Amino acid sequence: MMRHLLSIDDLERSDLDELLDLGESFLAVTRRDIPKVPALRGKTVVSLFYEDSTRTRLSFETAAKRLSADTMAFSVSGSSVAKGESLRDTVQTIEAMGVDAVVVRHPSAGAPHRVATWIDAAVVNAGDGRHEHPTQALLDALTLRRHRGIGLDGARVAIIGDARHSRVARSTAKAFAALGAEVTLVGPPTLLPESLIGWPVATTGDFDELLPSLDVVYLLRIQHERQDATLFPSLREYTTRYGLTVERAARLKPDTLIMHPGPMNRGVEIAAELAEGPGSVITEQVANGVAVRMAVLYQLLGTGAPVA
Amino acid sequence: MSAPDAAQPNPQDPATREGGRFVFRARVFSPEDLRRAHTRIAHEIVERNHGAEQLVLVGLYTRGVAIARRLGEVIAGFEGLEVAVGSLDVAFYRDDIGLRPVQPLGTTEVPVDVGGRTVVLVDDVLFTGRTVRAALDALTELGRPRAVQLAVLVDRGHRELPIRADFVGKNLPTKRAEDVRVRLAEVDGTEDGIELWGPADPAGEEEA
Repeated sequence: MMRHLLSIDDLERSDLDELLDLGESFLAVTRRDIPKVPALRGKTVVSLFYEDSTRTRLSFETAAKRLSADTMAFSVSGSSVAKGESLRDTVQTIEAMGVDAVVVRHPSAGAPHRVATWIDAAVVNAGDGRHEHPTQALLDALTLRRHRGIGLDGARVAIIGDARHSRVARSTAKAFAALGAEVTLVGPPTLLPESLIGWPVATTGDFDELLPSLDVVYLLRIQHERQDATLFPSLREYTTRYGLTVERAARLKPDTLIMHPGPMNRGVEIAAELAEGPGSVITEQVANGVAVRMAVLYQLLGTGAPVA
Repeated sequence: MSAPDAAQPNPQDPATREGGRFVFRARVFSPEDLRRAHTRIAHEIVERNHGAEQLVLVGLYTRGVAIARRLGEVIAGFEGLEVAVGSLDVAFYRDDIGLRPVQPLGTTEVPVDVGGRTVVLVDDVLFTGRTVRAALDALTELGRPRAVQLAVLVDRGHRELPIRADFVGKNLPTKRAEDVRVRLAEVDGTEDGIELWGPADPAGEEEA
């Protein structure tokens, strides 16, 4: 029984399947005229975000509300953190108000794990530094599963871009691989992980060679904020070698899916018109994000898990 | 016929969720009994509602859905019209979420607007009434039916809420610790039937 969701590593294959099945159920709920169920009435979910985010935070908040939980939002600006309060004090203050789950995003890898050791409430990792973003991985897996069927057996997935600094790449690669997909990281050596320990993937620098064989093209955001680190010569050169251009898209199989965790840099990692093209499931990913976060919150708060 | 010799407690059933070994006690319905009960309930539903035009049969997962489909076929057979049949998953409306693992059993699909129609909720066993209570809540979110009725194959008593069935296959007095198991070919892959099971260790029935 899950107590927290901190890393994809904590989930067995059966846990993954169960969460994704539940995600399908909640997806059906979110498509109704009244997309809301009373399942978590009386529970309180707090989002504790030490980093900017719009979609993840809104997605969690929507998920909690559609389960009839109460939500509170905490952001660093305008809080006592600006006065120098420590993470531990902040978390314990919030818990003293009586919350059932804390959704944590933090720039430091491992912060949600620390939070989980301090409090009794369930902790959900909503992104910690370069480490993990497990709910993104689950929504990606749900999206892929809805197109490929329950096992992703043999699906060939390329994750293109800055995997080295990407928590999305790490979590999503692990989830895809656990479900049976073959994952290849694509990018210049400076953007590939320094070590592949813990990465169930292959790597390559040659995107063009892979194109005709791929079932899924998963594009990571090129993080402009890291541009001065000179990890690659220029955005234009990146696009030339690793961007999903219209020319490259033409060499994909007709049913290849195009995924992106957002926010997109149109014209950099993905050509503007491909984002809305026939193979793109990018908006589905967002819709599935709400459903899968409902599944996570329900599994943590609604299944009668004994409080340790 | 021979009874199955070992059984897993059914975790969905409040009577058996404590665990422990259950043994077969009695066969309550044969396949023929079950067929006759379906036929009678189908006629009663149509008689009570003066026809089947404005009816929607909504089965509760898992076996209620199969029973609703069967009732729909029987009614189509003698009334000569297609009755709307839907399915309802009540998991997220239950009042014991957080007390035990409550997982959805299927997808809610009602093919017509329930607004203004008479909905017949269909389930296999009526016990505490809590599933039906949850179903009434779930149904509310689909619209405002003109009326809601309840059809069950077995009413085994022990109600915890003021809920009664309009159409009953069989009233079966039971002990609380016992378990009524409805088997349907299309769900269970076995012969149709209804069986009564009880704890292997009768001491467990003291509280009944």
